Amino acid sequence: MSTNKDKKTKKQKTFRERWRGLNYKTKDFIQSWMFSGPSVLGVSVFFIVPFLVVVYYSVIKSPLNPEFVFLENFQNVIGNQAFKIAVKNTADFSIIAVPLAVILSLGLALMLESRIPLKSQFRTFFLSPMMVPVASVVLIWQVLFHQNGVMNEIMLVFGLDKIDWLKSEWAIGVIVVLYLWKNLGYNMILFMAALANIPKELLEVADVEGASEMYKFFAIKLRYLSPTVLFVTILSMINSFKVFREIYLLTGEYPVERLYMLQHFMNNTFEALDYQKLSAAAVILAIVMVAIIALLFKVEDSFGKDVEG
Amino acid sequence: MKKKRYFGRAAMFVISAVFAFLFLMPTVLTITNSFMEQSEINANYGMIFSNITGDRGYISDKVTLKFIPDKVSLSQYITAIIKSPDYLLKFWNSVILVVPIVLLQVGTAALASYGFTRWRGKFRSFMFFFYVILMLMPYQVTLVPNYLVSEWLGILNTKWSIIFPGMFAPFSVFLLTKSMRRIPSSLIEAAKLDGAGEWQIFTRVCLPQCKGALYSIAMLVFIDYWNMVEQPIILLPDPAQQPLSVYLSQINSGEVGIAFAVATIYMIPTLLLFLQGEEYLVEGIAHQGSVKG
Repeated sequence: MSTNKDKKTKKQKTFRERWRGLNYKTKDFIQSWMFSGPSVLGVSVFFIVPFLVVVYYSVIKSPLNPEFVFLENFQNVIGNQAFKIAVKNTADFSIIAVPLAVILSLGLALMLESRIPLKSQFRTFFLSPMMVPVASVVLIWQVLFHQNGVMNEIMLVFGLDKIDWLKSEWAIGVIVVLYLWKNLGYNMILFMAALANIPKELLEVADVEGASEMYKFFAIKLRYLSPTVLFVTILSMINSFKVFREIYLLTGEYPVERLYMLQHFMNNTFEALDYQKLSAAAVILAIVMVAIIALLFKVEDSFGKDVEG
Repeated sequence: MKKKRYFGRAAMFVISAVFAFLFLMPTVLTITNSFMEQSEINANYGMIFSNITGDRGYISDKVTLKFIPDKVSLSQYITAIIKSPDYLLKFWNSVILVVPIVLLQVGTAALASYGFTRWRGKFRSFMFFFYVILMLMPYQVTLVPNYLVSEWLGILNTKWSIIFPGMFAPFSVFLLTKSMRRIPSSLIEAAKLDGAGEWQIFTRVCLPQCKGALYSIAMLVFIDYWNMVEQPIILLPDPAQQPLSVYLSQINSGEVGIAFAVATIYMIPTLLLFLQGEEYLVEGIAHQGSVKG
């Protein structure tokens, strides 16, 4: 680390001298902002300030008539039937899909952790859905779940009736499968890495003491995995919002009621140029997300304390 | 006892194998079906995509999932590339949108995460919490702000309206900060004692330590933006500038064959990144501990 003493041009020297002249606090301050400045500035300009404007829009009558109406827009949104359906469907989807994504990927990780052949090939296979372009995913899901699709051929073999999957009450199930297919692989990788980080001695001691696999899992592994569980939960939540892209491409702007998600609501409101409604919906969504995150942080605080040094 | 273990392992192998192949299936299907001739595609999928184009000679009354084409042919590729050079143009659009986003986002994030690691004042902790919240916001929430800013800055309907918000997306800052905070502080202290400045600590100690994380984050960001659909539709409505991902998503279901061919071409960059860096993906992000970092 002494290379900076080797080559010094005159210009650098004067700059360095001036720099040296500053007191420690100023120097530290300038340096700290050299690093985080660009990002903080960018985030402020592109996300925070405009979001404050959205909050402002949500409490006025219209951009042309900035009369302060406070909660009126919120009441309109909350009273909106489409909004209610959208919230219910989105919540239902997340409540089914996110825990499944966490539990199943942990299961897969535990399976691949045990010494089985072709392990690394399987890992690659599980990751492969990340590469497939959305368009192709949509086509294949249509082939599988169309009225005349592959799933129904299988149903017929078992003597069951055909179902138009994407228009039936099973529609959410079809989307959950799609979501799991897309996201399990990556979640699994996160768990595999966390499993590999559990101190081996602990597990060996447990083996010597004759602990059962069950006990080892619940008493040792799960405790060490808890931060990763939280991390995977958060990632899965982010991704559960992204599945809208596939729903939209599979079923269009107005799908069956069961698949009408919050994103449909926001998209359609955006297209109708109803900024007040849209802003109010965005603010509500933001508040809910903050509440969920705060809750998750609380859970982490009370859960993972004893394993993190 | 031993026998039981073997049996258990065999069962696990079978279950993993079944799931692994199910997961791989759509990828394989996309690639192999792109080498089918239009007539074969029609025969296989005619029952589903009734608006299929071209000769409708034979349509199987059952939909058939076929992995191996009867006759391997490049006709779909030829149709896609020669008859509509649009695809190549859109592919290039994707490249010039996504490559800057990945580089700029990871670059900005590397700087910021170093800042968040080395200086932890109240303000910065608050900002970091804010990043986490922003990161979790569904795209539909940030869409309106993005739209407003692009309008004010006059960059709506130019590629900058996608690149700028992409550059500052908080996702990589969050992930990188977490891996930087794992660097033992003794390493940084040692560098300091050797007389290294902050910039040197950053480039010679922290960045090499986070190589895996940097690569895997770049990969995740790439995959995310390479397949973007919503952002360009709203922020970049000019079809001539839109990336191939948007175009692909709007391909008429009548052109299944071409869609598979173009999708296969579109997968190549991701595939190359994957083959290059799967180990990084596994090692790099892997050590993400708690959320709060």
